[in-house]
Parts: sequence; structure tokens; C-alpha cells
Amino acid sequence: MDNPTALQIVWFTLIAILWSGYFFLEGFDFGVGMLLGVLGKSDMDRRLMINAIGPTWDGNEVWLLVAGGATFAAFPVWYATVFSAFYLALFLILAALIFRGVAFEYRGKGLSEKWRKWWDVAIIVGSALPAILWGVAFGDFVHGIPLNHAGQFTGNFFSLLSPYSVFTGLTTGVVFATHGALFLALKTTGELRERTQRLARRLAPAAMVFIFAFLAWTYFNASHINDTGVVPGILPVGALMVAVAAVVLVQEGYFGWAFASIGASIVGITATLFLNLYPRVLVSSTNNAFSLTIPQAASEHYTLVVMTIVAAIFTPLVLLYQGWTYHVFRKRISAPGAGGETAVPATSPTPE
Amino acid sequence: MSALALSRWQFAITIIYHFIFVPITIGMALSLAIMQTAYHRTKNEKYGQIVDFFGKLFAINFAIGVVTGIVQEFQFGMNWSQYSVFVGNIFGAPLAIEGLLAFFLESTFLGIWLFGKGKVSERVHLFSIWMVSIGTMFSALFILAANSFMQHPVGYKIDPSTHRAVMTDFFALLVNPTLIVTFFHTLLAAITTAAAIILAVSAYQLAKRGKTPAFSAAARFGIAVLFVSMFLNAFVGHIQGQVMTKEQPMKMASAEALYNTQTGASFSLLTIGNLSGQPIFQIRLPHLLSVLADNSWNSTVQGINQLQAQDVAKYGPGSYEPPVWVTYWTFRIMVGVGGVLLLFAAIGLWYMKRRKLDDTHWYLKAAVWVAALPFIANTTGWIFTEVGRQPWIVYGLLKTSGGVSNLSSLSVGITLVGFTVIYTVLAIVDGMLMFRYARKPLSEPPQSAESAHTADLVY
Repeated sequence: MDNPTALQIVWFTLIAILWSGYFFLEGFDFGVGMLLGVLGKSDMDRRLMINAIGPTWDGNEVWLLVAGGATFAAFPVWYATVFSAFYLALFLILAALIFRGVAFEYRGKGLSEKWRKWWDVAIIVGSALPAILWGVAFGDFVHGIPLNHAGQFTGNFFSLLSPYSVFTGLTTGVVFATHGALFLALKTTGELRERTQRLARRLAPAAMVFIFAFLAWTYFNASHINDTGVVPGILPVGALMVAVAAVVLVQEGYFGWAFASIGASIVGITATLFLNLYPRVLVSSTNNAFSLTIPQAASEHYTLVVMTIVAAIFTPLVLLYQGWTYHVFRKRISAPGAGGETAVPATSPTPE
Repeated sequence: MSALALSRWQFAITIIYHFIFVPITIGMALSLAIMQTAYHRTKNEKYGQIVDFFGKLFAINFAIGVVTGIVQEFQFGMNWSQYSVFVGNIFGAPLAIEGLLAFFLESTFLGIWLFGKGKVSERVHLFSIWMVSIGTMFSALFILAANSFMQHPVGYKIDPSTHRAVMTDFFALLVNPTLIVTFFHTLLAAITTAAAIILAVSAYQLAKRGKTPAFSAAARFGIAVLFVSMFLNAFVGHIQGQVMTKEQPMKMASAEALYNTQTGASFSLLTIGNLSGQPIFQIRLPHLLSVLADNSWNSTVQGINQLQAQDVAKYGPGSYEPPVWVTYWTFRIMVGVGGVLLLFAAIGLWYMKRRKLDDTHWYLKAAVWVAALPFIANTTGWIFTEVGRQPWIVYGLLKTSGGVSNLSSLSVGITLVGFTVIYTVLAIVDGMLMFRYARKPLSEPPQSAESAHTADLVY
């Protein structure tokens, strides 16, 4: 088997970074969406929660589009194999993202209570479903899906639901919910903030337990298929440590640090999964020799060079202005009369 | 039905649907940026009102454009994985660059524009809508670069060991003649679309509420932009036709239902009856097709039968003829609708010049219906472009039938029904909201100190 070239490794790393960024950023706004029913007691609460991610959620979702596009460009065979193998699962994710995306925009523009209720459901389900299904998909990457000698997927929708991958999905679901609660704890005021903090205190230990169990299972999964891998021990252990730290921090009331810690854990978990894959991009559960590898999946050198130049020029720019928007919208938001930093009218803007 | 046929239907439905919203986004972002610049320069409240009013319609439309766009990026891998493997070396790059350059720009700055009023300075707020507009144009450029490769592959070679297309010259992709003409044609069409909507909404409001400075100005803007963009696009379309004649002669022949090579070819305006045999009734304009094809009175335009024979010699046995009835009629509808739009805009200019626009009720009422026309032209234009390329998915390199994923008909059937249902629901909801917001009166101009802060709760 060929060894990956330096440029192929660069792109494997970049794609890992893009997915980490995606899970970090959209992770918390999935979390906010999932908790809409739990934390949003009143319509105003729910509006505050949605507006907390309002200016930035769309930019966060672009990380997914760029991750997908970069995979297509740098590893076309990986993109083609995964996207066709996960056909129905991706349809569910797309359906969820569609309803969730328009729900943010449309929810407040209708007249009736019922209208808003429906869009609330769209936001909750539309956030929970992808949060879980992306985890399932990544679990499948390392656990393996049935691929034959030609790299063709021979299973069906249900072969994607191995116990390990389902558990990975539950882990991402719980972790993203925790991340979302911590984000809201930083963005809200008053009673909603207190409720959010209470929930974050309860969710953080659960996230830690899931992360621990998931990393342990990943370790046994890797040794089960006799896969020495290239994961440095410090990475999963570090991912667990910061999750433990988050539990302590959240009890002590350091919500900002707890948010950063869970975020670091998300990045650590994603990195662990990618390094567990290396030098493969997709494991075959039929026979490890049929697994898809980086050199098999990669584009030619020239394409990778072009892409590297473009990425080197524009990525810093993107990070700069995306970071700036978080600075612009750094303040907490609050309902009127609650003594917050910003006054807003109590009623929804009712159309004519 | 086979997974291939179902996948083709799914792609057709989802892309046509997506492209209802895309031109509005592109054209409206530019229009808003211009209006807001006018407001910034003059501080005339009517421009501010126009921006606020159409900004809401823009946001409603933008959301649906974004979410249906994700489907398109995923679908290449989901339904067309063999295609994705074949062209991934080339096709993936513009897609990734589109995300990095365009999607980040438009979504991030749209967030600033929608939520940032009062949080950023007026200049930064203005800057952000320009960034959104530039983002939408970048997006068009790169996705059309990808599409143009499918129409007219350049800057590639076929790897002899893998039989895949690999990129040899990225720059060639960006200066592909097909891309350059298609980009301007599409951009102008998007501007036309937005102008028609701005005109329609303003005309409705003028007819309903009488003279309002803001809507009078918006209607004039709509007419002027409609006229200029349509006028320019007629020329760009003409050049595009010539590029197409050279690069995809079969598409040109099938647009004309020209079965046999002709010198000094006439242009068929419309046909009743059989296109391939003896038509029942036909109007033909002598020599016009030759003129359109390469600006000369007596040039030779190749016919479908001759091209078919050439293609068989070149690519092996098989039919290389697209469904001619589709290409013939979609082409005519597109061009015809363009002509009607140009005429309608010219009439509007005439009323404007005589200062009678606001009182000419038939025109204002007609303008509401005319807004449907750009969508018909956009859709038929793309159906013509894509169907006219058949049986190829990448012209001359890969047939559509060779690009499909190895999926069961059941799987594709489920998603085809699923997307159709979801998109129908969205169309109803989106249409409802657009109409509701298009009918609302203008918001009161003097903003109180309190409402200046409402940007926090935009949703």
C-alpha cells in the first residue's frame, strides 16, 4: 500500500480541522435548538434563545459546506463513497437542516401561537437529529461499514446502525446539548440564565460520562480490529480531562471556561476519531484490507496544490471576520424590563 | 423506474426549485446594496424605507436559498457518486472554493446586516450588505465554473490508469469561454429577476395605497434596472449562442430542431406539429439562424443528423441527440419571455418619462403579473442548457447514465418523494410569507431610540 504524500496528509488534517470547527460551532447551536423545549418556558424565552444564535448560526453551518466541498475536492472517492453509502441517513440530516434553517427565519413571522409551536418543533427535531446522526456517521467511519473489494458499499440503512456508532451519536447529542446550555449561560440574563445554569450543571457530568464511555469503547474498537493506529494517548486522555474540568468549572460557576473546556473536548474527540482512521478514510467492516485509504481516495497532486494555495490565502481572512462577528455580538441579550443591557419590546413583532 | 431515472428527476426537481430563489438572492442583494448606498449618501428617508421593506423579503428568500443549496452540494455524492469520482479532481475544487470564498462571506455578513444595526457603525452596516452581494456573485462564479466544465471541459487530462479526469490547469477553468458568457448571462438574469420583483411589489403598493415616495422611487428603479439588464442580456445571450454553436453544436442544432445542415440557415420562430418530420405550420425568418450562429448571412449551421453521424464516428454507437422538443421549446420560451420583459420595461420608461407612471393603473397591475416572467425564463433557460447537453453529464467525456450511484430504486424513490413533499411545503410557507410581507405598509420612518435597539431580537 502506498504511503500518503505530505500534501495528502495536509488535506486530511485540514478536513479534520474543518469537521472539528463544524462540531465546535454548530455543536452549540444544535444544543441551543435541542434545549428550546426544555429551557424555553415562554415565547420570549424561546425568542431569546433563538436570537442568541441568530446572527451566527448560518456562518457556523458553512463549516459543514466547506468540509463537504473540501472532501469532494481533496478526496473525491471518500466523498463519493460516504455520501452514497449514507444515502438515507444524509437525507434525514438534510431534511432536518432544511426545516431548522427556515424555522429560525420564519418562526417569528407568523401570526398564531400554533405557527410558532410548529416551528419550535422543527427547531428541536431539526437540531437533535443531525447532532445525533453526525455522531453515528463518524462512529461508522472508524467502526467500519460493509465495503467490498471494489470499495462499494454493500449494506443498507440498518448496517449503519452498529451499537458503537449509535453510542457515538448519543455522545455527540449529549455533548452538543451541554455545549449549547453553556453557550446560553453566557448569552442570557435573569431567570432564563439561572435556569440555563442549573441545567448546565446537570448536563455537564452526563457529558463527561458519555465522553469517558465513548473513548473507552473507541479504544477497544480500535484494538478489536487490531489497529495500532496513530492516536497519541494524550489526545483521548486530554479530551476526557477537559470534560472533567468542565464539570468542576461549571459547579464553581466559571461558565465561560466550562464552555471552552467542552469545546476543547469536542475538538479532541474529533481529532481522536480522525487519527484513529489514519491512514484510512473509511474502514471496511467486511475486511480491513478493503478499507479506503488516503492515497486511494485523494485527488492528484496538482489539484491539492491549487487547493492549498487558495486555502492558505482565504482561511485566515474567514477566521478573522467570523471571529469579529462573535465580538460584535458578544453581549448578553435579554427581555425588556429585566435590567439587561439591551431593551426590547415585550411582544413579538406582529404582522399586520 | 430505475435509480438512474429517479435520480435524474430528483436532481431536476431540486435544482430547478433551488434556482427559483437563487436569482432573487443575487439580484436583491445588489439592489439593496445600491439602495442603502443611496440612503447613506443622501440621507433621504425613502431609500431607507425601501431597504427596510425589501430587506425583509430578502431575508425570507435567503433562508430557503441556503437550505436548498446544501441539498445540491450533497447530491453529487449521494446520487452521482460515479460522476463525483470521475470529475472530483476538477469539480470539487470550485465547490470547495465557493464555500470558502462565497458562503462564509454572505452568511457571516448577512448576520451582521440583519442583527448588527446599532451594534456596528452605519458605514460597517453598509459595507456588510456589499459583502453579502459580492458573496452571492462569487458563489455564482464558482458554481458556474463547475457547471461550465460539464458543458465544455477545459484544463484537464484523462488519467490513463484510473480513467478519471484530472486537473492540469486551474486557470483554464476560470477563463473557460462558456463560464464567462454564462456568468454574465446568469448574473444579468438575476438582476432582471430582482428588478421585476421590486417593480411588482412597488406597483402593487402604488395601486393599493396611492403615491408613496418610497414605492414610486422603487418602481422607477425596478423599471430602469429591468430595461438595462434585459437589453444587455440580449447581447450576452447572443454571444453565448455563438460560443455554444462552436463548443456544443448539437445543442444549437437541437435548439433549432435543425435536422439537416443548412447554409444561410433560417430561424424557426415557432412550429406546430412534428419537429422532425413535416410540420403542419411554421414561421421561419430567412438567414437569421446563420446570423445568430456566427454573425454572417450565409454561414453553414450543422444539423442534428450530420452531428449524430460525426459523434458516432467519434464516440462509438449510440444516440447523441438530446430530446429536441424540450430544447426547441424551452429555448423559444426563454427568448420570447425576454422579449416581452424588454418591451414591458420600455413601456414603463415611456410612462416614467411622461411622469404618468404612478397613475397608470393598467401598467401597475400588469407589473404584478410580469414578475412571474423572469422565473419562466430562468427555468426554461437552464432546462435548455442541461437537457441540451444530454446524453452527456460531462460533454464528450462521461454520459449521464455512467455517473449515477449504485443505489436501489427504493432508496432514491423515498428521497425523491421526500424532497418533493418538503419542497412543496416550503413553497407554500415561503409564498405565504412573501405575499404577506409584500403587502404590508412601510414601517414608520422616524425610529425611536428604543426601537433602534430591537436588532437584538430580529427573529
